Amino acid sequence: MTDQLTNQPAVDAADERLVRVVSPGDYLRQLAGRLRGGDLGMLPVIFGLVAICAFFYSQEPTFLSSRSLVTMTLYAAPLGVIALGIVLVLLLGEIDLSVGTVSGFTSATTAVMFVSHGQPLALSVLAAIALGALIGAGYAVLFVWVGVPSFVFTLAGLLAFEGALYWVLGDQGTINLPRDSGLPEFTRQKFLSDGQGYALVAVVVAVYVGSRLWTIRQKRAAGLTPPNLLGVIVKGAALAIGLGWLTYYLGIDRGWGYLPVLFAGLVVLMDLLLRRTRWGRYVYAVGGNEEAARRAGIRVGLVYGSVFVLCSTFAALGGVLVAGQLTTVSQSSGTTDTNLTAIAAAVIGGTSLFGGRGSAYSALLGILVLQAIRTGLNLMNVDSDVRLIVTGAVLLLAVAIDSVARRARSSSGRG
Amino acid sequence: MSVTYNEVAVRDTGEVVLSLTGINKRFGAVQALTDVDLTVRAGEVVALVGDNGAGKSTLVKTIAGVYQPDAGVIEFAGSPVTVAGPAGAQHLGIATVFQDLALCDNLDVVANLFLGKEHSLGPLMNEVTMEREAWRLLRSLSAKIPSVRIPVAGLSGGQRQTVAIARSLVGNPKVVMLDEPTAALGVAQTAEVLNLVERLREQGLAVILISHNMADVQAVSDRIVVLRLGRNAAEFTTEEATTDQLVAAITGASDNVVAQRAARRAGPAGHPGHSEGEQ
Repeated sequence: MTDQLTNQPAVDAADERLVRVVSPGDYLRQLAGRLRGGDLGMLPVIFGLVAICAFFYSQEPTFLSSRSLVTMTLYAAPLGVIALGIVLVLLLGEIDLSVGTVSGFTSATTAVMFVSHGQPLALSVLAAIALGALIGAGYAVLFVWVGVPSFVFTLAGLLAFEGALYWVLGDQGTINLPRDSGLPEFTRQKFLSDGQGYALVAVVVAVYVGSRLWTIRQKRAAGLTPPNLLGVIVKGAALAIGLGWLTYYLGIDRGWGYLPVLFAGLVVLMDLLLRRTRWGRYVYAVGGNEEAARRAGIRVGLVYGSVFVLCSTFAALGGVLVAGQLTTVSQSSGTTDTNLTAIAAAVIGGTSLFGGRGSAYSALLGILVLQAIRTGLNLMNVDSDVRLIVTGAVLLLAVAIDSVARRARSSSGRG
Repeated sequence: MSVTYNEVAVRDTGEVVLSLTGINKRFGAVQALTDVDLTVRAGEVVALVGDNGAGKSTLVKTIAGVYQPDAGVIEFAGSPVTVAGPAGAQHLGIATVFQDLALCDNLDVVANLFLGKEHSLGPLMNEVTMEREAWRLLRSLSAKIPSVRIPVAGLSGGQRQTVAIARSLVGNPKVVMLDEPTAALGVAQTAEVLNLVERLREQGLAVILISHNMADVQAVSDRIVVLRLGRNAAEFTTEEATTDQLVAAITGASDNVVAQRAARRAGPAGHPGHSEGEQ
């Protein structure tokens, strides 16, 4: 097939009913058609983020200062890690209401082991993460073998692990982590140098462009329509300029913290797992049509189990990172609005509550929106009552957009 | 009760791929299948017809490995086999397209075709070879799917049926069973699916077609096996069967409204075989 004539259409472009997409204008028209059809993807949240930033910037110019942005990335990351787990659960059309208290309970375990019992920090953190995985495994057993709805057992977990948090903390109530210990240092004081930051950006751009060029070569060799080379170059350049400028701007203050880089790395990793591996394909398949997935020979129970384990593990990791950032674990750890923030972030980022639709990047974008609102309202000296109301309104808006888009999809045949 | 059982001289189209002898299946007090025989050859379309509750679904599920027969022998490619579960049936080379298709609406055509059988490239999936193979499969069926990278939700009923049938071919099966493939389709889409069945026969596959629609059955099958109350009621070669005979075999009576009306219409002209031509 490699030696096919150049005027002969590729295997996948032979059908005359297929709308050809060749020029940049075609791409824009295709994009407009997709939006009308309810295939919104990330666009509402990106648009929302820009609007929120513009609003707060007009109210309080320091909102977009380098210092403020660096702080935002630091505070967004731990909750983003928890939201990443929620994205996975939502992709299956399930829910985990207990991520907040699980994060509180596991971080309290770390603090007690490390501070009260003098265990090594690495062991204490690993114990918390293992505990998270164990909780997820328990959920998986309840869901797959016993058949309890996820809403019920995670609601039970929400209460039970708050109790477990009190029990682990005992009489102390609050445990402070020493500020010079590894965990608070990692989450608060470690930053990439400018050189490291630019090097990282260069690696990211190189990997992106390289993988796209490789795809073009593979597809051309297979006689399929390759992605547009110009498009790849434009996207690669946009990525390089965007990330490069962000690195420069954050570098005016402290630069990229280790914590946001860890979070971004996890997001990219989960995106790769979801889109490019069999496991990810099975997650989408089970979320889309469980019976079809089962008949295709997919071990559905294993997919559910792995996702519940991952979600609780991410919750534990996020909890430990929050503890490091606040340098303290108390009876209120993970109990106030951690749950709602994490779930809201996933939904605001564009992951559907109805299953089978969403992406790892929705955790990143969603938590950025929520953190921007939080930071902006703090700068405007608005009390937390207004903040909660605004967050609730944004969540409602996101779900409403999801529901409307779902209707538009079903009427225009986009699933 | 007049049972029409025509001993049919089976056309020698190809070697026998699947043969069932004396299959019995009982659910509690109900004898769902009694001594049912069925033979399918390579390159042959056998239609399985019968009224509701005649045992069609039970027989199909027995072949697909969903049920185990209480008695009887299933021979595949000449040797007796036990079909242990749906995975076992697939492993033998028996593919089934169930009525509800079982497609994931949120996934694209390629993802649906290879669901559970993805090509690997190290730890990742090899999308390029899957896409190329998808086009090859769809071409071999002369299927009209505009793009394999659109979600299945965007396809018409006939196209979805096409994807489901193409998916059954991914593991290179010997026998394909289609359960009511045209039940929910319009005229043009039905014709599309019937063309597809024709294509499967041309590829030398043994096809078992379950249908309620006599017109479809007569259009595309080589042989028609009629089940009634869990027994073999009749077997026809399609060219020789008339609609009256089929209806009579399905209902177990030649005296019913369809036969009466056909007789009235044929009435003065006299000979009953004429009725088929009038439809």
